[in-house]
Amino acid sequence: MADQSSATATQAQTSDAILSVNDLRVSFFSEGQEVKAVDGISYELKRGEVLGVVGESGSGKSVSALSLMQLIDSPPGRILGGEINFDGEDVLSMSTRELRNLRGNDIAMIFQEPLTALNPVFTVGDQILEPLMLHQGLSKRAAQERAIELLRQVGVPSPEERIKNFPHEMSGGMRQRAMIAMALSCNPKILIADEPTTALDVSIQAQILDLMRDLQRESQTSMMFITHDLAVVNEMCDRVNVMYSGRIVEQGTTPQLFSEPKHPYSWGLFDSIPRIEEERGVRLIPIKGQPPNLARMPQGCKFNPRCPYAFDRCFTAEPPLIPLDNGQTVRCWLYDEEHEGTAERIEFKRERTIDSRMDLDDVILDVTNLKKYFPITKGVFQRTVGHVQAVDDITFDLHRGETLGLVGESGCGKSTAGRTILRLLDPTDGVVRFSGRDLADIEGKELKEMRRRMQIIFQDPFSSLNPRRTVGSILAQPLRLHDIVPSGEANDRVSQLLERVGLNPSHAERYPHEFSGGQRQRIGVARAISVNPDFIVADEPVSALDVSIQAQIINLLHDLQHELGLSYIFIAHDLSVVRSVSDRIAVMYLGQIVELADNRAIYEDPLHPYTRALLSAVPTVDPQAANRRSRIILEGDVPSPINPPSGCRFHTRCPYAFDACSRVAPLMLDVGDGHQVRCHLYDPNHAPQAPQRAAELIARARELHPVDATTDPPPKPE
Amino acid sequence: MSASAESSLVAASDRQLTDEPARGQFQIFWRRFRRHKLAMVSAVYLVVLILVAIFAPIVAPHDPYKNDLQLARFGEPAPPSFSHPFGSDQLGRDQLSRIIYGARVSLMVGFVATGLAIVAGTMLGALAGYAGKWIDMGIMRFADVFLAFPPLLFAMAALASVDGNERSVFHIAAVLAVIGWMNVARLIRGEFLILRTREYTEAARAVGASGFSIVFRELLPNAVGPVIVAASLGIPVAILTESALSFLGFGIQPPEPSWGNMISGSGSNTFAMMRDFNAWWMGFFPGLAIATTVLAFNFIGDGLRDALDPRTHLD
Repeated sequence: MADQSSATATQAQTSDAILSVNDLRVSFFSEGQEVKAVDGISYELKRGEVLGVVGESGSGKSVSALSLMQLIDSPPGRILGGEINFDGEDVLSMSTRELRNLRGNDIAMIFQEPLTALNPVFTVGDQILEPLMLHQGLSKRAAQERAIELLRQVGVPSPEERIKNFPHEMSGGMRQRAMIAMALSCNPKILIADEPTTALDVSIQAQILDLMRDLQRESQTSMMFITHDLAVVNEMCDRVNVMYSGRIVEQGTTPQLFSEPKHPYSWGLFDSIPRIEEERGVRLIPIKGQPPNLARMPQGCKFNPRCPYAFDRCFTAEPPLIPLDNGQTVRCWLYDEEHEGTAERIEFKRERTIDSRMDLDDVILDVTNLKKYFPITKGVFQRTVGHVQAVDDITFDLHRGETLGLVGESGCGKSTAGRTILRLLDPTDGVVRFSGRDLADIEGKELKEMRRRMQIIFQDPFSSLNPRRTVGSILAQPLRLHDIVPSGEANDRVSQLLERVGLNPSHAERYPHEFSGGQRQRIGVARAISVNPDFIVADEPVSALDVSIQAQIINLLHDLQHELGLSYIFIAHDLSVVRSVSDRIAVMYLGQIVELADNRAIYEDPLHPYTRALLSAVPTVDPQAANRRSRIILEGDVPSPINPPSGCRFHTRCPYAFDACSRVAPLMLDVGDGHQVRCHLYDPNHAPQAPQRAAELIARARELHPVDATTDPPPKPE
Repeated sequence: MSASAESSLVAASDRQLTDEPARGQFQIFWRRFRRHKLAMVSAVYLVVLILVAIFAPIVAPHDPYKNDLQLARFGEPAPPSFSHPFGSDQLGRDQLSRIIYGARVSLMVGFVATGLAIVAGTMLGALAGYAGKWIDMGIMRFADVFLAFPPLLFAMAALASVDGNERSVFHIAAVLAVIGWMNVARLIRGEFLILRTREYTEAARAVGASGFSIVFRELLPNAVGPVIVAASLGIPVAILTESALSFLGFGIQPPEPSWGNMISGSGSNTFAMMRDFNAWWMGFFPGLAIATTVLAFNFIGDGLRDALDPRTHLD
């Protein structure tokens, strides 16, 4: 502790800090147990800077920010010690009244989920007026004018009208803009953004990040940006605190962290995240083990159970934050004087070790013109008044051993498509052929056998396992249903399955709640492979997991594909993850596939304007690319699938739309090598100004918005 | 690093991190329930009450049916004394012994009526929630019809059709079940509608599990918590309703004692005898028995709710 406070003491002398936190400790007390959520963190926030706080779930990043405004629930939470100094005032000794004045006025907060952070019974306008009238003493009329101005500033169209909307009448992106307007309303000195874009789609995330960056540069507000997403940090922040189990393990500027990370945990993070610049088959290197259980911390360095560099000292004493010559600080014994020179990063090569096992001659699944509409009913007699066109006419096939990535933003119908293919939902129209059999007209025994051959892995590891049954019973059920093994051997088979997915076979008697998120996802995988299927729909299998766990599951799925010859449909919204696992990729927009091509073609030469926009919106961890790249920011939100736009569904947001696009629906075109795209720009029949004009447009589009991967080779993994 | 080496590394550390004693669902429930002090006290009280009711012939100090006109001179109830701690009624019957025998009636009605209501309500609610569509519609409208009857009037009318001397605890319990199953049905249906969309239910469908297996293995076990709470809160309602019915003369007929008809006796006889006496103990002690029992069940209900509701995460 001594070294640590001396390290921060030197920092505190720099006078331009608006906020300095010293040795803050926050614990939660539950059932007689103390959980140290934040354990002695010290940092400062300078005027006009954006400080990133990055860490996995349970690292204490949100708690540390909430305690700045004393907003943690108490009980069970308690601030045990430390100092928070805001602009010369001691926050921890403030009265309730002073605190109220601080909150919203001096320090404002933007939350992750704008739907729950806004009160549903008041209009958005009322909620922006409140702080203005409360803190700034404006009259109602003046406040109203200011509110309209604020909404305009954050890019809400026709704010005079929008101000009368209730939160549920706005889209997610608009709500987040309204939240930002509220936060900015009193010109706060510090803005705390807690995962502000995590609940948003990629294209909306790009809008919001751009907006926040512009507003921050204009007003020179200091900002704390809390996120689990390293790529977002790279794009937004000046300096970064990396947190792990309630501590800061590395501090430095953004370029320092992204070009020369110092802590073994940071190294692990960079090795384990899939990158959009990297082609398929590069094996990720996960951080082993699970994030720590805060109630049972290891002795010594809290990262030691997962650290490949740990040596004897790491297990006995916790390292202090050690300042380095270049201004970075690291909490790791490798940088202690005694161990000078041992801080050598092991070269884990991310190598292209995984070859595609796709068998082009063997089509296992054939989907033709599949449609799934959900009726919208009204009144006592359940009259159908409309349809949600969740999946509208999709056609593709899947080869044995192939992984087909299905990407799109929320509401594009990708999950519905997956479930309809498995006949968990009955299709409205179209044909799904699996192994040559039309799934629509089989029943009973035959359907049961087909179900054995097709499985699903779910997104949410918490709701996908029945909490009232032991893991062994969950895994034994499919075995029994399909007579996979004689009933006497079911237990052996369960043990084998658990072993195969990397869990302890003796844990079969335990209940799901005793496992962590990543472990539960492994159980979900074990359940899917228990019946020896040919084909698995993986519906966002890693999006609920921490980055260090994501890589473990992705690698497991890879290995199983090779061993068992599985075919996957991999549904995801994360374009980097999809790139690292898929042979071919289908991009969906509003219930339709707009582009379908092999992995390389989609990422290096995308044709559809939507695909191009999506790819340009993905934040990256590449330290150079962040500043260089030009983004295509899509205007507006995804339209409702109840009344999709006429003609091309994308024309309302498309930067290249011309007159035909709003009238005529484009057909799927094959432009060669199986690269299919649904866009008039590539169709000589529909582009009225002849193919030449289309070619021009495309050329201009490519010139204007080069996708990084085509211009620069991906940086070599360190 | 090769694939197998890496996954075994992962596996090894997984093992380290979860090697702690396994805890069953019941143990977790029990640990949480135990923290609710009032519920624990109530549970002890009820266990004692149930034992007393079962062993009434042994426990009761006197014969509850035996008139003692020595004790109740001129039909005047004897006040509480050492040998008759709760006093006697106008016929000299020992009040304490009558309350002990009355506990049999009250508890029996409470458990049987609620048990029947739970079975019926669960079956109908499960059917409605799982089958959906017109089956759901039909069952729920049927429930609405029952909810539209004033329960006490309905019970009185139904019990009036049974001859008073033949009327037994089971008649009363059956009638109470008929007026009480709707809440359970609605509860189960609501739970099923939510649980049906859970991914583990979908997973069961995806491996080809039958509807029967889905209802009994995936849905019902997860709907049990709210039903247990509803049951523990339904029992006191049944006990109160039985008391009210007995008080009104539609329940258990004297001389067989029930808490309800004992209170009834304390009032009506006072006027019938045209005697001016103030026997507060005749109404007070049966009333106290009803109140404490009902309260105990309610506290247990609260404790169960806290312990079973997944939203109150104490871990």
